[in-house]
Formats: sequence, C-alpha cells, structure tokens
Amino acid sequence: MRRETLLNLVIALALLAVPLAAQALDEPFAITLATKVAILALAGVGLNIALGLGGMVSLGHAAFFGIGGYMMAVLATPVQAYEPLMTWPIELAGTKSMPLIWLGAVVAGAVGALAIGALSLRTSGVYFIMITLAFGQMLYYFAISWPAYGGEDGIAIYVRNGFPGLNTLDPLHFFALAYAVLLAALWLAHRLGGSPFGLALAGARQAPARVAALGIRPYRLKLAAFVLSGAVTALAGALYADLNRFVSPSMLSWHTSGEIMVLVILGGVGRLFGPVAGAALFILLEHFLGGISEYWQLFLGLILLGIVLFARGGLIGTLAGREVPHD
Amino acid sequence: MNATKTLLAAAAALVTAGAALAEPIKVGMITTLSGGGASLGIDTRDGFMLAVQQAANPDLTVVIEDDQRKPDVAVQLADKLIQSEKVDVLTGIVWSNLAMAVVPAATAQGKFYLSTNAAPSALAGKGCNPNYFSVSYQNDNLHEAAGAYAATAGITKAFIMAPNYPAGKDSLTGFKRFYEGEVVGEVYTKLGQTDYAGEIAQIRASGADGVFIFLPGGMGISFVKQYADSGVGLPLIGPAFSFDQSIIQAMGDSAVGVLNGANWSPDLDNAANAAFVQAFSAEYGRLPSVYASYGYDTANLLLSAMGTADISDPDAFRAALKAADFDSVRGDFAFGPSNHPVQDLYVREVVRDGDILTNRIVGTAMEDRGNAYEGECKM
Amino acid sequence: MSAMLLIEQALNGLQYGVMLFLMAAGLTLVFGVMGLINLAHGSLYMVGAFACAGVAAVTGNFWLGLAASLAAAAAAGAIVELTVIRRLYARDHLDQVLATFALILVFSEGTRWLFGSFPLYLDIPAALAGPITLPGGIEYPLYRLVLIGIGLAVAAGLFWLIGATRLGVRIRAGEADREMIAALGVDISRLYTIVFALGAALAGLAGALVGALQSVQVGMGEPVLILAFVVIVIGGIGSIKGALVGAILVGLTDTLGRFLLPVAFGTFLPPSEATSIGAALASMLIYILMAGVLVIRPGGLFGRA
Repeated sequence: MRRETLLNLVIALALLAVPLAAQALDEPFAITLATKVAILALAGVGLNIALGLGGMVSLGHAAFFGIGGYMMAVLATPVQAYEPLMTWPIELAGTKSMPLIWLGAVVAGAVGALAIGALSLRTSGVYFIMITLAFGQMLYYFAISWPAYGGEDGIAIYVRNGFPGLNTLDPLHFFALAYAVLLAALWLAHRLGGSPFGLALAGARQAPARVAALGIRPYRLKLAAFVLSGAVTALAGALYADLNRFVSPSMLSWHTSGEIMVLVILGGVGRLFGPVAGAALFILLEHFLGGISEYWQLFLGLILLGIVLFARGGLIGTLAGREVPHD
Repeated sequence: MNATKTLLAAAAALVTAGAALAEPIKVGMITTLSGGGASLGIDTRDGFMLAVQQAANPDLTVVIEDDQRKPDVAVQLADKLIQSEKVDVLTGIVWSNLAMAVVPAATAQGKFYLSTNAAPSALAGKGCNPNYFSVSYQNDNLHEAAGAYAATAGITKAFIMAPNYPAGKDSLTGFKRFYEGEVVGEVYTKLGQTDYAGEIAQIRASGADGVFIFLPGGMGISFVKQYADSGVGLPLIGPAFSFDQSIIQAMGDSAVGVLNGANWSPDLDNAANAAFVQAFSAEYGRLPSVYASYGYDTANLLLSAMGTADISDPDAFRAALKAADFDSVRGDFAFGPSNHPVQDLYVREVVRDGDILTNRIVGTAMEDRGNAYEGECKM
Repeated sequence: MSAMLLIEQALNGLQYGVMLFLMAAGLTLVFGVMGLINLAHGSLYMVGAFACAGVAAVTGNFWLGLAASLAAAAAAGAIVELTVIRRLYARDHLDQVLATFALILVFSEGTRWLFGSFPLYLDIPAALAGPITLPGGIEYPLYRLVLIGIGLAVAAGLFWLIGATRLGVRIRAGEADREMIAALGVDISRLYTIVFALGAALAGLAGALVGALQSVQVGMGEPVLILAFVVIVIGGIGSIKGALVGAILVGLTDTLGRFLLPVAFGTFLPPSEATSIGAALASMLIYILMAGVLVIRPGGLFGRA
C-alpha cells in the first residue's frame, strides 16, 4: 500500500472516530464540528477538481457554495410557509426532502458554474483569479440587496430538512449523511483523475498545445471540469445551510472563497484527501487559537504564511512525500 | 472563533451573609469581538460585565464567545453553548441578521434569550416567543423617534437615505411612521458604501429642508464627514446608532449639532444612570455607548430575576424577568405584551465637551412607546 | 434632473476613478514586472490611512500625516517584499494567493491590536475644507477637486517615470523579459523591492487621501482591492494606461449608475420599488461592465493578450 493511500485511510477513519467518541463522551458539539469538517472538505473536494485537476485557480467558489445554500432556502421555505414554490408556468411545491434539495443544488451550481466559467475561461492565469473573484462579489451584492430571501438578514429554516430513514435532527445521523456524501465525492474525484477525461484535463493543464494538437479543445474540457467543480461545491453549500439551518449572503462573500481555497492548500493541492486534512486542520486551528486570543486571526495568518513558504505540498505533501497523487 | 473567557462573577467567592441558596445560572454571551464592528460587541460585553462585577453574585457564570459578525459562526456558537456548555440564558448579539439566525432555534430549545441590541420586527410580531426578551428596543423605535421629532426640528421636506438591506428598509419605514412632513427624496445606498458624493449632490438638488440617514458604522462616519465638507448645511437627523459614543470621535466636529433618536443618553437624569456612567468611565477609561447601556441593563435585569426565582422553574423565572424589577439606566422601564420595552424615546444632539464629543438630550420624541408589531404577537 | 447635477455627478465619478487608479496602478505594476498577484494590496491602503490618522492626531498637521502615510506604506511594502513576497516570485499564482491572503489577516488583526477596534479620526485639512463655486454655479467640495488634481498628477508622474527614466527602462525591460534583464547585470532583486515599495506607497497615498473623506478602520482596504481588480481586468493587466482608463470608467459607471438607474426605473415602477431595484442593479453594474469588456476583448482594453 502506498504511503499516501495509508494516510488517506487514517484520515478517513479519524474523521469517523471523532463523532463516535464524542457521542460516547456526551460532547455533541464535537459532532457538529466534525460535520463542519466533512462539509467544508466536500466544498474543498469540489474546488480541488478545478484547482488540482484543471489548474484553474478560482477565487470565486463561494458563489457556488452560496448558490447551493440558497437553493436549499428556495426549496424549503415554501413548505415552511405552506405556500407553493411557483404557480406559473407549472404548479410546483417546495420540498423538505434532502435528496431533492441536493439535486436542486447540484443543478443550480452547475448552471451557475457554466455561466461564470464560460466567461471566465476566455482568460487564464491571474485574469481568471480576479474575474472569478469579481463574479463572486457580484452575486454577493445581489444577494444582499435582493429582498426576496431576506437580503442581508438571510433566512432561517426552523427544522432541518429530512432524509428517508434517518432522523437528521440527531447530530450523529446528520454527520453520517455528510460523511457518506463526502466519501462519494472523494470516490468520484478519484475515478475522475484516472479517467480519459481526467487525463485529458491534466494534459490540458500541463501541455495545452499538445492536447489541442490531438483535436481536443482545452476550453471545453476545462469548462466541463469547472461545471463539475461548481456542482460539488454547491452540494456542500446545501449541506452547510442544513447544518446551520440558516442561509445568508456571508456564504457568498469572498472570505468564504478564500477559506475554501486555504483549506485545500493547507491539505495539499491535487491530493485526493488534501481538502479533508485541510478542513480538519483549519477547524482545529480556528477552535484552539480562538480560545487563546482575541487576535487569533493574526496567528492564523502567520501559520498560513509559514505553511506556504516552508511546507509546500500541504499537510499530505509533508506527511506522505512528494509523489504525484493521481496515477 | 471562541474567545472563551469563563469569568466567574464570584471574583473572590464573597460570603454574602444571609444569601439564599439560589440555583446557579450560566449565561452564554455571543457578540462581535473581532473584525469590523468589534467596537459594538466590546461595548456590549463591557457594559454587561460591569454589572456582573458590581453584583458579585457567586451563582452567575458568564461564557463569552466571539461571533466575528458571521451568522454561521453565531449559529455554531449557540449550538456549542447549548450543547457543551449547557447554558441557561443566551445574550449579546449585536446584529439583526445574526439574531434571526440564532434566536428562534435557541428559544425553541427552551433557552432564554435576552437581547442587548438587535430586535428585528419578525421577533416582535408573528415570531414572538415567551422566552425572548428585548431589553434594548424594537429595531424601529429609534427611527420612529427621529421621525416623530423631525417636525419639531423644522424638517418638513425630508430627504431620507439608508443602505439597501432589510434593516435599512425597516429604518425608512420606521421614520415615515410618525413623520408628518413630505418626503422629497428616498435613496437606498449600497451596503458598505464609503463614498457619498453622488447622494450629497442629489440632496443638494432635491429642495429638501432636512436629511434623515441610517448609516451604521463606517458608512455613517464617511457620510457625515463628506456632508459637512459639502457645505449643504441642512439639518441632519438619524437614529443613535449612527451617532453614538463609539463612532462620533471618528467624525470629529463634522458631527456637532447632528440630532439623533435614542432611548438612552449619558446625561439622562436619574441616579442609576449617573452611577453607571461614572463606574463605566472609571473602569474602562471611556464614556459608555448605547450598546454598553443595553448590556448593563440586561445584566441587571437578569440579576433581578435571579433574586426572586430559580431558573429550574422556567415559568416563575419568566415572570420574574417580565416584572423588570431593576433600576434601569433609562429610568422607567417596563415590558410590553411582546416582551419588548415600553419606554420614552428622546432626541439627542452631538455636542463638544472639552476634548471629547458626546450626546446631550434636547427633547422627548415619544412617551411610553411600545412597538408597531406587538399586535401580531400571539403568546 | 438638471444638467448641473449630471456634471457634478460626473466630477464625483472622476474623483472616485482617479483614487481607484492609485490603487490599481500599484497592483498592475507589481503584476506586470514581477508576475505577482497581491491580495494584500488593500492592507497597504489601510496602513497609509492609519499612519496618516495617527501622525495627524499627534502633530495636528494633515500634511505631515500624508508624508507619514507614504513613508509607512512604502516601508511596510519593502519589509513585506523582503521577508515574504520575494520567496513567491518563482511560485505559482496559487501560492501567491494563499500567502497574500494570510498577509491580509496579519495586517488587519495586527492593526487592530495596535490601534484598537474603534475607527480613527482623520479630517480634511482646514485649508481645503468646504465647497467652492465652479463656473456655471456648481458648488463642489474643494478637497475633491484637489484629489482629482493629485490623482491626475500622479498618473502623469508615473507615465514620465516609466517612459523617460532609467528606472522606467528597467521596469519595461523587466515586463518584457525577466531573464534578459538579470543577464544584463541589473540588480533584479533591488528593482523588485523598489517597484513593490512604489506600488505600496501609491496605495498608502490613496488610503490617506480617501481616509480623510471616509472612515479610517480595519478592513477598509478590501472593498477597494476588489474594485481595483475589476479595474485592471477591464484595463488590461500590466498596463498603466489601461489602469487609468479602467479606473475612470469604473468610477463613472458606478457613480452615474447609482444615480441614474433608480431614476430610470422610477419612470415605470412605484418609487420605493424603483429605488430598491435600481440600487440592487447599480451595485452589480461594474461587474456587468467587466463581463462585457471580457466578451469583446478577453485581455482587457489595453492588454497584451
């Protein structure tokens, strides 16, 4: 077994062990934290498809995270208010069922990523970073000033949405759901890396001219990866909204984009389990530094700097060595 | 995330002779202590903790957490305080959007929530809850005070302005509710906007004889400085948030003479207030803001209820809170039907007092004002 | 709506634009010469404003504060370049984004630690306070006119610096071919430090000048940073001329959009809805402008792509 595979297994089991131990010790908040790790990791897995596989540095993934979150509110609030979602052109009721909400979030995230990606991918490099950032801010300001879903106040869902056969209000059940979705996304990302599509994408990243010579248009490949990436991140957004039972424009702010990116890089770009390790480390830092000082973000900044400058390859890279992950 | 400072009120486990064996109460305070807007949360905390220290009640424990002004963080902190710290009472949230994220879930779990500031209309009307008490006001109140007083200040053709977000819209609605003059211009600005040259040009061209603004925090500082420099010179009125102790120093003399609707002022004439202003200044070396006064009142309300009822009997404790039997720094204080204050509203003016700027009361805008939503509250 | 109001709004847009230019110029120079994307540029804007407010509060002199803002921002820029940024030139954009994001956290919380959480006071110097009457009877704040003047003067100075001095020759050479210029014996690392400090000083200057009009507080640089990104995407990265044109375009679009859109919607919607929807759309207008430019010219108006 390769060292990185072993490490991945350890990380996956550790993330599973924390809430189980917390349940035994009657510390339900630790389960909430572990759920947050799983959901942020899922968002990171989404970003990693664009970042690691496609080489697209998107600083606007909060847009898709927020779209997923708002999709939850759009679908679930009509049920809460006993009103139909729409009456024209067809009569459509809202839903409190998670699988349907997830479907809605994935579709909305994919459509959003298609629109933003189609424009942004006309450029590359540093242009791409700034443009994705700017589109993210555009949605942020739109969400703040558009009154239908609470504007800056956001909107609360009083009861967490349901999943057939589970009691989602039980922290452990909800964790299990988030964890299962995370594993499924990891499996998808793993298969993607080894698929013809993934190989062509890696080719488009490393040697675009050569791929173009084979008759493949890098633009379409990258756009497809970007859409997939946005859809996975939107799914994470829907779960995050359900974790908090609340959606607000802060999910769309550029700090959220920065944080998702930070946790991918903390764990290791392009590493399958990088986002999981990064999310866990990020939450631990946030939790423990916050206990030490009011100015904890200063220390978080210094630690991040140290990691970028001296521990390249992130946590996984440091622990498992510099091998290429997707072989 | 969590500047967890468990401060035992029993600073030195004072043996209070003859004290009844009351049940201990644990309070979770979620407020903004870092990032933008931290000054409001710091004042809330300092006001609250001043009352806690003065009371030195060994049965009261306070856990303080920093929400970074992020709703998702606030929700997670509330979960943590309820699940891990097992607090009985939550308090401290500054912003309406954070309150909307936390309060309904907390009260649904049987916890008490005492608001030190934010009091959105939804929680005063249809969403009211017997376990939710707003000690500060209902969000519209200070805007209503400005509207009711505008005519007295000679404003009959008002230009009104607020950021384009829910609290901004509530603000203009609140102002218009008791304003009897004409509105000649109504503008929504971008949230976080810092340059108001365009809006000031519109004010100049509108033919208004007075301006109402609700621009909290840095937005208000920017506007007031630019407005003073523009030479438009029409009377300016707003709610206290835009002209409070924590920010008028940054406006400088530009703010002098500005009117603002409030329910408290450092010069409000009652013994409890004089003692509070003196003690706060001595403890922290600055004058208290409205947020500090709300924090201080909230802690004293809680302490008064602890003196007469046990938290293990929620009905009795709720009744003890509702009685509001404490010396408010606002003088007379009572709760109305939806657990929001019924109180006098004033208009203050920013004045220079030696080196510092402060507020002084110039008139009473409304007496015994409740709020516009309590009719919708069924509890 | 009168023609005078429109002219006044156009002046406001111009003033907003030239201040954005001061921010965007530094960003675009640093990217053009060193290939570095610097998210912490907004922090240098904040450093300038705080230095100016701090020194002005102690000395009572705005102009000393302004000098301090240039010095402090340039010094902060040079220190950051020497300790952190120069390790990032050889890295990909991703590492640069993360490291400069981390720098934002350090700068913001460090400033809050030093100056506290309350906004600082900084006012317009007395000599420039108040409005003056322009030809045509427009009352316009003198300070804003001075800002337009300073901004245009700095722009002219930059064009001269890059077009006609030895430093400018090296900067242009660095943009064209990085290896070549090192081979010619130019001390490349010193050049980089100077360029970075120059960009930082421009941001600090903008922070101090704008700080007198607005509120000096932690986090004040971030909204400006994102606008500066929009500006250089529109203008073309690396181009000073593009930054100037882009900045003025963004300044005018934003100011006039905020003013005209609610009026336009008011012709067919009730007033409160018109102002609300107009304002919502106005806040997105510059991003729509950016998307439009990208569709026509993906490399920006003056980009090399």
